[in-house]
Amino acid sequence: MGKVKKKLFLGDQAIAQGAIDAGISGVYAYPGTPSTEITEYIQDSQNARSKGSARSSEAAENSGAEGGKIFCRWCTNEKTAMEAALGSSFAGKRALVCMKHVGLNVCADAFVNSAVTGVNGGLVVLVADDPSMHSSQNEQDSRFYGKFALIPTLEPSTQQEAYDMMRYAFDFSERLGEPVLIRLVTRLAHSRSVVELSDRRGQNPLHYPKNPMDFVLLPAIAKRRYATLCDLQATICEEAEHSGFNRMPDPVDMAQAGENRHWEKGVIACGIAFNYLSEAYPEGFPFPVLKLSQYPVPVHAVRRLAELSDEITVIEDGQPFVEEQLRGILPIKTRIKGRLSGELPRTGELNPDNVRVALGLKPAEIYDKCELVVGRPPALCQGCGHRDVYAALNEVLKEYPNAKVFGDIGCYTLGALPPYRAISSCVDMGASVTMAKGAADAGQFPSVAVIGDSTFTHSGITGLLDAVNSKSNIVIIISDNLTTAMTGGQDSAGTGRLESICKGIGVEQEHVRVVVPLPKNMPEITGIIRDEINYKGVSVIIPRRECIQTAKRKAKNK
Amino acid sequence: MKKDIILCGVGGQGILSIATVIGEAAMANGLHIKQAEVHGMSQRGGDVQSNLRISDGPINSDLIPEGKADLIISMEPMEALRYLPFLGKDGWVISSSVPFINIPNYPDPEKLVQCIDSLPHSVLIDIDTIAKENKIPRSANMVLLGASLDTLGIEYEKIKEAVTKIFGSKGEEVVAANIMAMELGRAKANIK
Repeated sequence: MGKVKKKLFLGDQAIAQGAIDAGISGVYAYPGTPSTEITEYIQDSQNARSKGSARSSEAAENSGAEGGKIFCRWCTNEKTAMEAALGSSFAGKRALVCMKHVGLNVCADAFVNSAVTGVNGGLVVLVADDPSMHSSQNEQDSRFYGKFALIPTLEPSTQQEAYDMMRYAFDFSERLGEPVLIRLVTRLAHSRSVVELSDRRGQNPLHYPKNPMDFVLLPAIAKRRYATLCDLQATICEEAEHSGFNRMPDPVDMAQAGENRHWEKGVIACGIAFNYLSEAYPEGFPFPVLKLSQYPVPVHAVRRLAELSDEITVIEDGQPFVEEQLRGILPIKTRIKGRLSGELPRTGELNPDNVRVALGLKPAEIYDKCELVVGRPPALCQGCGHRDVYAALNEVLKEYPNAKVFGDIGCYTLGALPPYRAISSCVDMGASVTMAKGAADAGQFPSVAVIGDSTFTHSGITGLLDAVNSKSNIVIIISDNLTTAMTGGQDSAGTGRLESICKGIGVEQEHVRVVVPLPKNMPEITGIIRDEINYKGVSVIIPRRECIQTAKRKAKNK
Repeated sequence: MKKDIILCGVGGQGILSIATVIGEAAMANGLHIKQAEVHGMSQRGGDVQSNLRISDGPINSDLIPEGKADLIISMEPMEALRYLPFLGKDGWVISSSVPFINIPNYPDPEKLVQCIDSLPHSVLIDIDTIAKENKIPRSANMVLLGASLDTLGIEYEKIKEAVTKIFGSKGEEVVAANIMAMELGRAKANIK
């Protein structure tokens, strides 16, 4: 046997290497914190097929020697990613699709229906949740989606487990003929630890589903497939009951417990929560614990725990997914504690400190907070083109006290903060265009949208078509920095084609305006904004200047 | 051996390079490591921190509990104080003394210095001036790492090897500049 290979990996990198070693043929994703590093790792690995990113060379792309390499080019959005992954699975290959939690909303249609069609090659949907909203608009818990779609869900607690789960998830997916959902949280995605690697296996050959009609979800077939999916639930539950990822470590005072074997307290710790629990009890647990990393909730294991203890505290990151279900599983006499009962905070991520408090342990003696310390919110970089866009927009809108600017998701969302205070909304990818349109429908004037180039191609294009079709009186500013900047500078799907996309959708040629956002061009930019506000129809203004972070990186690598 | 370290500063100041060096050295020493980082929105000029835990035994939580940090290494004085509730009673604060002022309500720097000086174990060091005077302006973060060397519990030789390995691809000059930076920081901090 060779030496065991060990690597220091972020949770995201452990997932990526796990997927490579499990024999995937493709990774499909749109960048989103905290999931971005998974696809980036695969792109940077030796196993990458033409990545189509700034880092790849034309030569490599055209060499044709790509057999056995992994497809890893960024997708336009999570829906196109999910569907492409399903297509790859249809063709017999293993595919990984990754996204942040809100990306699962974008691809929910494809995701839920992929459970109805079932899969051929293994299909793993990796979703990185962001409890505490470090870089997100909500803290929705993707485990609900797994339950909703009736598919197995895994939740690793360590980087090693994240790595190991990939092989298991692809195997299980192929054995079951269903996609498998893996849920990460920020603190695992972005934390490093040493991971021991296993051998790598090859990719699947191209092969088609035994029954290709399964993928044709006409009602008659969908009914049959849905019934099959429901029949599979017993197998999926049984697998969770016996999963090696779910464990019940013995309490330390087992010997003292004697005949009775009964404790006041019992704990269910889901995913990363198990680490915080272990932190609080370095010598071992003085009560029974169920470590939960594979769902559906294993009913028998939970009942065994309840037989050993009077009350059960559920420690789970995100929403009270398990805590809510326990009510239907356990007798009324068992007290259930967690986020719903108030022992843990209802919102925000878990940490070693709030877990201690929930378990009734004394908080540590600590230094008081220093009163001098003030908040340091993030801000647009000095020299960023978005700054010039907002400066110009604010200058013009001084003349229109009723003006409203609808924002979107990206660095430019920071335009909501001082000194600009320029936008009135930030909801979901692409919503700036459609909210501006809806407000204009309702009589709002001027109605302005500010959206980035990558967000526009992700989900703004269809909204623009709606606006053109209803001749809405809106001004859309596509602030084009030629990259997906917020997540670290990934390729933007429409670079070089934004004008032709807008014109193709039907925006009048003379109302697609391009400017360079620089302080010296301020009169030109404000002039264009003024003109387009006065035009009664759909205008698109494209201020275009390279992201200064990208520009700096390029200069450094020269 | 167990060290819980909070590395902090403002997005873009290079705290992750410090973490990478310590992590590499710890790994070469066969120690266990967990290192939680912040990626995403706050990297745009906001406050950033990394929780680095190294130990000769297994490590549970990716996050350091309150009151448990042995060391706060900060690229900025106010940021050092942001994590005070995490500092253990016997913990060290090793911080750059140079304020990074990108907000209108930045507190009086004098008061920040007083507050850090009042802690039982602290070092404030003007890493920017040291780096500039010695013509290694891009190695200021390694001056800070040097200042913390005698509190880390890892042999200096191992840290040097880590620097050589990590920066090796950027050429010998970069490696030499970073090692010089560490030694200047270590001498300045003068922790016995």
